[in-house]
Amino acid sequence: MTDLSMPQAQTRSQSATGKIALRWLLYVLLGLFALYYLMPLFVMLTTSLKSLEEIRTGSLISLPREVSFDAWKTAWSGACTGIQCEGLRPYFWNSVLIAVPAVFLSTLIGALNGYVVAQWRFKGANIIFSLMLFGCFIPFQVVLLPMARLLGMMGIAGTIPGLIFVHVIYGLGFTTLFFRNYYVTIPSELTKAARVDGAGFLRIFWSIFMPLSLPIIVVTVIWQFTQIWNDFLFGVSFSQAGTQPVTVALNNIVNSTTGVKEYNVDMAAAIIAGLPTLLVYVVAGKYFIRGLTAGSVKG
Amino acid sequence: MSEWLENHLPKVVLAPSFIAVLIFVYGFIGWTAWVSLTRSKLLPKYEIHGFIQYERLFDSPRWDTAINNLYLFGALFIVIAMVLGLLLAILLDQKIRVEGAIRTIYLYPMALSMIVTGTAWKWILNPGLGIESMVQGWGFPNFEFDWLVNPDYAIYTIVLAAIWQSSGFVMALFLAGLRSVDGEIIKAAQVDGIPTWRIYTAIIIPSMAPIFLSAFIVLAHLAIKSFDLVIALTGGGPGYATDLPATYMYAMAFSRGDIGQAASSAMIMMLVVFAIVVPYLYSELRAKND
Repeated sequence: MTDLSMPQAQTRSQSATGKIALRWLLYVLLGLFALYYLMPLFVMLTTSLKSLEEIRTGSLISLPREVSFDAWKTAWSGACTGIQCEGLRPYFWNSVLIAVPAVFLSTLIGALNGYVVAQWRFKGANIIFSLMLFGCFIPFQVVLLPMARLLGMMGIAGTIPGLIFVHVIYGLGFTTLFFRNYYVTIPSELTKAARVDGAGFLRIFWSIFMPLSLPIIVVTVIWQFTQIWNDFLFGVSFSQAGTQPVTVALNNIVNSTTGVKEYNVDMAAAIIAGLPTLLVYVVAGKYFIRGLTAGSVKG
Repeated sequence: MSEWLENHLPKVVLAPSFIAVLIFVYGFIGWTAWVSLTRSKLLPKYEIHGFIQYERLFDSPRWDTAINNLYLFGALFIVIAMVLGLLLAILLDQKIRVEGAIRTIYLYPMALSMIVTGTAWKWILNPGLGIESMVQGWGFPNFEFDWLVNPDYAIYTIVLAAIWQSSGFVMALFLAGLRSVDGEIIKAAQVDGIPTWRIYTAIIIPSMAPIFLSAFIVLAHLAIKSFDLVIALTGGGPGYATDLPATYMYAMAFSRGDIGQAASSAMIMMLVVFAIVVPYLYSELRAKND
């Protein structure tokens, strides 16, 4: 009995060591990749806390010898975007003023659209939905020129309401898609039963569908907020001095050629501009990923 | 009256969005297509002159660079991001204890603006102060890494930053795909003693073909639209060595005052997206309706 089990136990422990080594290798690999993804954030953060002197003499990945928040202060309220030197602050608020109404409006309209397309099908509704869906995929370059002219004709060129308008229009395809895909999973018998009981279109929407919609509202709001906050193309095309969103101002700060190049200020400004979406990601990453994959994976 | 409204309310609700899409998507595409056939310069003209703008476009060395860059950038970006994404997904699929935390780390770049990403990488790749000077400081004074300012290699820095930004997202797509493969088949294969790598190459990966297609579409789409990252990282330079169609279009529209060129280059971008997305959307919608 023992004679037989001895060699067996030996091979088992051998393969167990192999397995443990493989496991270790796996974790080391995953850790290395984690470092690769974290490195730019780490470099941004440490550089933003160093003095210019230390940046010139020190190494890219060294920790700051003396932590200083001066660069953050300058980035927030003193850095120059071209001729103006007010820092990122006014542009940060521009982005808030653009994103909040644009997210709200595009989500609300998307919810109503999705509700119609999923639950109140009429002849042609599917074609309308397909046409809207395709609008999600166009390269926006193809609408830049006419939109610039239209905004001019409407008298909102270079204004924040103009940018809100643009973001709502080109956000509708995705918000409608999100809500439509969510509402098709709700059995249409629910709507039918409510109609028999005398509830109308809007009543059913507010009293039955809205209370069920919290997850998809979160997904849509996060998606739209990230898109609009991170937008650069519309911001740089349709804004003027004073109404630029934070991404455009960041690019101007980084590429402004006047004076000494303050890399620590650039890095602090980059973190400030990225902080809101990063925060949303950390707090509600699950919903962010659902939004990301909803556009590309069925269902 | 109120009964009519109640009956037609769904249509009334959808109508404004439908009209908006008709005007701001399809009408605007039509406008751009029309103007691309005119002699428009600083201001749009509406008299059609055939394909002269497209002839100018294809004769332009700058556009030639932009298109070649798109091929090179697109091919490298898509292939490497997919390979890396698949590799990471397979590594993460081995019942990793801290999977949630690792996934969060791999995916966070996707939440950042490309302008932020570009700013960070511009700093890291800065020859005088970034990686080059760091490695030189480690005792390799002859180490050179000046891709960012080298016209022949600058496009690869954009590939590098773009992969950093998007590979985590591809990983998430593939991970979802791996998790949806039928567990019974894998168990049966394991019982038969088939080695793990064979299970992946012969069973799991082939069954994920639709995910490969989705990932390809998303990445190709990102590649064609790439604009922010180029602006932040190289500004299209040195010279116009890292121009892509999107930056070419923007330069023509807003700094060179050449609306005809801007419109025709936008139409080419549109056609490329069409060629990739329409067959995909068509098959998706048909599959859903069947």
